[in-house]
Amino acid sequence: MEKRSVFKSTWLPIVFALPQLTLILLFFYWPVAAVMNWAFTLEPPFGGAAEFVGLDNFREVFHDPFYWNSVLVSIIFAVCGALSAIFIGLVLALAVDRQLPGSGFFRFLYILPFAVAGPAGGIAFRFILSPERGLAAILNSIEPDLWNPAKYGSHALAFVIMIFIWKWAGYTFIFLLAGLQSVPRALIEAAAMDGSGPIRRAIDIQVPLLAPTLFFLLVTMMTEGFVGSDTFGMVHATTAGGPNRATEVMVYRIVDEAFHGLNYSGASAQSIVLIGLIMVFTFIQFRFIERRVHYK
Amino acid sequence: MAQIDIRSVRKSYGKTQTLHGVDLIFPTGEFVVILGPSGCGKSTLLRMIAGLEEITAGEIAIGGTVVNRLEPRERGCAMVFQNYALYPHMSVADNIGYALKVAGVPKAERRRRIEETASIVGLSDYLERKPAALSGGQRQRVAMGRAMIREPKVFLFDEPLSNLDAKLRVSMRAEIRKLHQRLNATSVFVTHDQVEAMTLADRLVVMNKGQVEQVGQPLDIYHRPASTFVASFIGSPAMNLMDSRIEGGTVRIGGHAVRLSPAAASLEGREITVGIRPEQVRLSSNGTGVMAVADFVEELGSGRIVHAAMEGQAFAAAIGEEVRVQPGQPIAFELPAEHLHLFDRESGRRIEVEGPAASPVAAVPALALS
Repeated sequence: MEKRSVFKSTWLPIVFALPQLTLILLFFYWPVAAVMNWAFTLEPPFGGAAEFVGLDNFREVFHDPFYWNSVLVSIIFAVCGALSAIFIGLVLALAVDRQLPGSGFFRFLYILPFAVAGPAGGIAFRFILSPERGLAAILNSIEPDLWNPAKYGSHALAFVIMIFIWKWAGYTFIFLLAGLQSVPRALIEAAAMDGSGPIRRAIDIQVPLLAPTLFFLLVTMMTEGFVGSDTFGMVHATTAGGPNRATEVMVYRIVDEAFHGLNYSGASAQSIVLIGLIMVFTFIQFRFIERRVHYK
Repeated sequence: MAQIDIRSVRKSYGKTQTLHGVDLIFPTGEFVVILGPSGCGKSTLLRMIAGLEEITAGEIAIGGTVVNRLEPRERGCAMVFQNYALYPHMSVADNIGYALKVAGVPKAERRRRIEETASIVGLSDYLERKPAALSGGQRQRVAMGRAMIREPKVFLFDEPLSNLDAKLRVSMRAEIRKLHQRLNATSVFVTHDQVEAMTLADRLVVMNKGQVEQVGQPLDIYHRPASTFVASFIGSPAMNLMDSRIEGGTVRIGGHAVRLSPAAASLEGREITVGIRPEQVRLSSNGTGVMAVADFVEELGSGRIVHAAMEGQAFAAAIGEEVRVQPGQPIAFELPAEHLHLFDRESGRRIEVEGPAASPVAAVPALALS
């Protein structure tokens, strides 16, 4: 017999739910409402009531070449970062899944970066990939300026993407390893009997069976690349959007505009465009990629 | 063609040893069945031949080549798995042809051989289906087709019939036997089902607790089990085993002395276990003999099995004639001396008695294999 307690009063359940409701209202719905309000109004610089300006904020955003630059940077960042993080996580998971001696230790090591906050990872990488000293400086001893993220935009963008990959490969690794472990061992053995080596088996058997997991990771990683709080943190702690806006991803630009430029209206309009962009990307993924995924 | 030589093969996982030195030879073209209860190491042995488990010590050679260090694909074996292990995302044709695809066989040639194989296993109409849309028996056929298409030297079967229902199992058994005759490869079939083992095997290997108990032709093993374990594992219902002692050339069973052949006199005073198959037990015609208390009767139509208690131990007799027995009623059996099996009580090994012990060509009653 199942035992459940029934509350007769109506106010008690509401009291229990109240803290959660307050949090959601305060930190989710209220900011969304504020962003919607700001996106269509303009606050006079020297105080007074906000003035309704219709779509003027959006018009301004779309005419700003720096904005389009940040869209392009964000797309490169999210696509390269997401795909590389998934690919590296997959390779590591395939290696650990073979359960060779020591795989337990490596499994622990591969998950570890995910536990490090993005900005902290960014600071660490400033030392690791510094052009003046350390590991990457060896490149510059071959040829000056072979690696200089402080000077070249492309280097800087590669630099922040590397931090993103470093952190999120640990996350994709967890999901992909769990997925691989649910592939029956007999299938791998059958493929081995059929003459298929480890790499061939991965391509022919394991990856197709992982398709649902890979698709889930593609959607979540792309979203993380566009709007993740860590994406802002990584850029903020390393390049601060530079040099010459080469690493100014959309989230960084929004925060910068709102809290340095004090342009709440413009930042709000950009936020709404960003949300729209993510919806478009997710739609594309479901429309064109999901149909090739076989769920069991 | 390939003979399989297994030389003092051992397997341990950490400190636990699961195979304690196995020596076997499977001659070319034979159908070998490895029979044993679960956990006896039979599957491990098969997987070591396949190359899916490492060989801790000893040697396995296929066709004269030691394969210990070879990858599964280099050994020329094909395997049918217990759960079929079909690739769920591939069609039947792709499943069957996967080995050829990996081997780089051209597409047209591949197509031809897939169709040929599919027609042998009766799957020509299902080539485009996915495994999920097939019945258990059809999946089993795909697994066999996938193993066949490479024309392997050695066929390995890991309890392939245990997931099928009883009726399908009987027909698949016949198909596997036919397939073996057609391909003429060496087949090794692992099972815990003694009926499967008896019907399929040219050569039967009985294993227990990581050791080989007995190797031989099925009928030889049935008639001359090498130990009490083999005696009780093969045959249904199981052989009756009773503790006794040889006194004055007789054994006392159920308050009755059964006279042994004169050759058994040398065993005077030995502690033994006496075995007799239920099929060889007869009802006493004059009411005297080995006494037991009847329990119940299992009616099989063609015969019946009388279950009784003899000195507190279960005792079964397969009887041809119709009998009416009430529970609790005393019943007298006759145990023909020539059908008694004698085992050493301590070790459980068979004691060979010269002369008219079990005759190896005695007719086997139908019950034994049903």
